[in-house]
Amino acid sequence: MTRKLLQLAVLIGSVTATGWLLADNHKHGESKSLPPVSNAKWKTECSSCHTLYHPGLLPERSWRKMMSGLDQHFGENASLDPVTQKEIMEFLVANSADHATNRRSAKISQSIPAQSTPLRISETPWFVQKHDKVSTDVWKRPKIGSPANCTACHEGAEQGNFSESRIKIPR
Amino acid sequence: MNKMINSLALILLLAGTNAYAAAPIEVLNDYAATARKENSAFKEFSAQRGEALYHAERIHSKGTKASCSGCHTGNPKNPGQTRAHKQIEPMAPSTNPQRLTDPAKVEKWFSRNCQDVLERTCTAQEKGDFIAYLLSIK
Repeated sequence: MTRKLLQLAVLIGSVTATGWLLADNHKHGESKSLPPVSNAKWKTECSSCHTLYHPGLLPERSWRKMMSGLDQHFGENASLDPVTQKEIMEFLVANSADHATNRRSAKISQSIPAQSTPLRISETPWFVQKHDKVSTDVWKRPKIGSPANCTACHEGAEQGNFSESRIKIPR
Repeated sequence: MNKMINSLALILLLAGTNAYAAAPIEVLNDYAATARKENSAFKEFSAQRGEALYHAERIHSKGTKASCSGCHTGNPKNPGQTRAHKQIEPMAPSTNPQRLTDPAKVEKWFSRNCQDVLERTCTAQEKGDFIAYLLSIK
């Protein structure tokens, strides 16, 4: 009886451990995927015109600059009421590349020179280096359009997943 | 009995989801009230003027062409596309019943897009004409 119980315990233990070891997110700081984050206003407001960009893709100083110039947001007026604007900025800052502990955010953050405050994710040295084999023709394909359209090739982009295995470049 | 409870639950659920939604005509009536305040000579909204506004193309001070139809296409029943390549749901409520049902959202987009296209705010008259045009599309 005791022996059977012991066997069961060992079985449960090994199954749990395997799952834990296989999971990508088991240890904060070693995971490549950006952590799952959510804020209802961020989701609604920041995805009506473009891909919902994960806060871990830019450092705090970039988000602060972005959110203080929404009336001229890449040539468009994207103004928000002050309450919504503040809530979204605090969410972005708390989960920004220099505050997140995943490896990808750290790499993005480290790639940006201290004196620069990029507003386009596609202008960070990390992005440029990661996409150096993508030609201009590919960016211009109707189903892609521009580097702003992450989800065209990275279907998990809005959930912070940019893993190589999930890249599908449309023809 | 169970059926009754189910129907009651369904009714409550439907009532709940629509609690804050307005009918497009209510949104239009609100703009009529504002238009009267802005201009004592205000008479009514015109779908024809709204149609002209929707299609009017002007040259922005940046030197580029600007119009509503530039992003929303020449037919409000069709989906449009943002500059960042995201689909915009159709503008005509006959095709997209969600359109013009949230007064705050309607006002937010007029505030932004009047600046982007016309480089000024729109009058309540213009907003109402625009909505009247969208509502006239069957």
